Amino acid sequence: MASAFEYAPAPESRSVVDIAPSYGLFIDGEFVDAADGKVFKTVSPSTEEVLSEVARAGAEDVDRAVKAARKAFEKWSALPGSERAKYLFRIARIIQERSRELAVLETLDNGKPIRETRDADLPLVAAHFFYYAGWADKLDHAGHGANPRPLGVAGQVIPWNFPLLMLAWKIAPALATGNTVVLKPAETTPLSALFFADVCRQAGLPKGVVNILPGYGEAGAALVAHPDVNKVAFTGSTAVGKQIARTVAGTHKKVTLELGGKGANIVFDDAPIDQAVEGIVNGIFFNQGQVCCAGSRLLVQESIQDELLDSLKRRLSTLRLGDPLDKNTDIGAINSSEQLARITSLVDQGEAEGAERWTAACELPSAGYWFAPTLFTNVTQAHRIARDEIFGPVLSVLSFRTPDEAVAKANNSQYGLSAGIWSEKGSRILAVANKLRAGVVWANTFNKFDPTSPFGGYKESGFGREGGRHGLEAYLDV
Amino acid sequence: MSDVTRLSVFKTYKLYVGGKFPRSESGRVYEVTDSKGKWLANAPLSSRKDARDAVVAARKAFGGWAGATAYNRGQILYRVAEMLEGRKGQFVHEVAHAEGLSKNKAAEAVEAAIDRWVWYAGWTDKIAQVVGGANPVAGPYFNLSTPEPTGVVTVVAPQDSSFLGLVSVIAPVIATGNTAVVIASEKAPLPALSLGEVLATSDLPGGVVNILSGKASEMGPHLAAHQDVNAIDLTGATDGDLARDLEVAAADNLKRVLRPRTEDFTESPGTERMTAFLETKTVWHPTGSLGASGSSY
Repeated sequence: MASAFEYAPAPESRSVVDIAPSYGLFIDGEFVDAADGKVFKTVSPSTEEVLSEVARAGAEDVDRAVKAARKAFEKWSALPGSERAKYLFRIARIIQERSRELAVLETLDNGKPIRETRDADLPLVAAHFFYYAGWADKLDHAGHGANPRPLGVAGQVIPWNFPLLMLAWKIAPALATGNTVVLKPAETTPLSALFFADVCRQAGLPKGVVNILPGYGEAGAALVAHPDVNKVAFTGSTAVGKQIARTVAGTHKKVTLELGGKGANIVFDDAPIDQAVEGIVNGIFFNQGQVCCAGSRLLVQESIQDELLDSLKRRLSTLRLGDPLDKNTDIGAINSSEQLARITSLVDQGEAEGAERWTAACELPSAGYWFAPTLFTNVTQAHRIARDEIFGPVLSVLSFRTPDEAVAKANNSQYGLSAGIWSEKGSRILAVANKLRAGVVWANTFNKFDPTSPFGGYKESGFGREGGRHGLEAYLDV
Repeated sequence: MSDVTRLSVFKTYKLYVGGKFPRSESGRVYEVTDSKGKWLANAPLSSRKDARDAVVAARKAFGGWAGATAYNRGQILYRVAEMLEGRKGQFVHEVAHAEGLSKNKAAEAVEAAIDRWVWYAGWTDKIAQVVGGANPVAGPYFNLSTPEPTGVVTVVAPQDSSFLGLVSVIAPVIATGNTAVVIASEKAPLPALSLGEVLATSDLPGGVVNILSGKASEMGPHLAAHQDVNAIDLTGATDGDLARDLEVAAADNLKRVLRPRTEDFTESPGTERMTAFLETKTVWHPTGSLGASGSSY
């Protein structure tokens, strides 16, 4: 479809960020090499350009980092909450000051559009630190008993889809409550966590309070299994989450898991169609659909299905896919070739199982990892594309006739992280919201996040909540 | 007229599943003795099939119980306390035998257990306000977090505290709207099986609480691995290896796990036994604006 309005490229300058050719592990306040000297390359998924070479943590490094965190714990946990708060406020402010640099960095390393890192990721990162900073000296009033105590050393493993935001979700509440941290960023997106180490340096954070270990799954597994770790926090796939739950069985480690999802976005016949279309697009194409709470199953009431799909396809045809640093870009790159292969494989299965594929006509860049916005109709609940998390820009469309059927289909999933409801009728929204087995329900909106709002899943989407007063519990001995 | 002492009528102890009192489908029983080894009764030795039946009953009851008003759940839990009060003598007798306590000590335990039902009865319509609430998000959105029951909870009841401990682990699970499959204390199951009779006459819908007697080591692994169970309370899994194995099995569908702990059930409980089996649901909606531009999304 010819575009009515041509846009000139409006690239954000990458000169605002200075990426070093190599980075170490950040342990006890110092950048150090891995004990076995291993390194790995991190590439920009939109160009496949190597951005930097990063030390690759192994079990020995995990042990060093945990020791450093343990040593730092005594003083850090003994600090008055008001002092811990001030460190966190400093971090929040420095992130705000450096937000353009960090946004460009995140876009380079992750592949997501600058519009998202600039307008969503970075503001939320700073807000999260600002929010939990304020809790540090008010824990007695948080409803977790008088004088709640920190757990000790927190081992945290985060994914690649929101690298710095997931870091903030993990580190801010951990430090506010007096714990110390060993954090492993994902192997495809280590850079923003390493830049965060520099933020900690600028903030004067005592050494050992935050340790960053770039690495692969084996480093994460070693961290989770380390006997001197008191708390495990993980965001990632359900399969790895289950493995972590098995690893910590029989120990006293406290665990929170934020895992996969297959969110249902339910559109009733009285919904405002234009707003619903925007919500559906936001729900599944935000961050290329690489979002655990994505609205990846569209449940549309049969009577409006044709009208809605026409509008949706028209809208999808206007999405701009390309250079993530271009401020006009809606759809950036898929994070890695592995993820692209997984998306491609599931989409192939969708076609093989008989669902009808529609893909927006758009030109894909020749280098990098790309997948055009895609939707499937004629999808049944038994199809893999209706059951498995695709974690890509792929929407499965199912229909329903009655609210009861919508609820039954929405809940027919191993997951229970998010859901959406579109309707102009308040009582229907509340009745349906009440019956959905999901941790976050967005009504007449989608993919909204806030540090004060608890986030987390039912069923196999994990347990525990991050954000808000609820998020403190995961890091307190209660 | 006669100098023959009256022969008492023994009770056949049966399971409590789906509001009914079945024997074990396996036909098996085991001998239950008092603390000195004297025979008390033959209790059903439940099988894995009994455990599965109990899960089916608990799942069937979940929607109605979770959907009942908190006020209604409170009324029913209070009714349980009323019924217990009326049968106090029987429970004192059973607890004294089961735990080797004097009549006075057993009475203290039973009274504490009744008071605990009352305590939890009062919690049903308060917990949501204590652990939920409005979240002040930075945008034009209504945002509310509410606790919801997690679903079907397997409860491995305490081995030693046959009644006060039992009540202390069941009441918090159902107060918030969960349904329960309870593995009673293996050596002292009789107060638990009698509790089933009380629950059956307290307006508690069938299936909300299901009570199985037998071996935690036999039923536990099946319930921990059961894909339609949402959570497991390992309080009574005092064998460390068993507890770990159950926790490993529970990871298969990411059950919420309350790990074994030593607990003094005479102490006033906190809210942790309730919050352990609660989910938090957060609902967002735009607040729009009432300006000239009309509503906005």
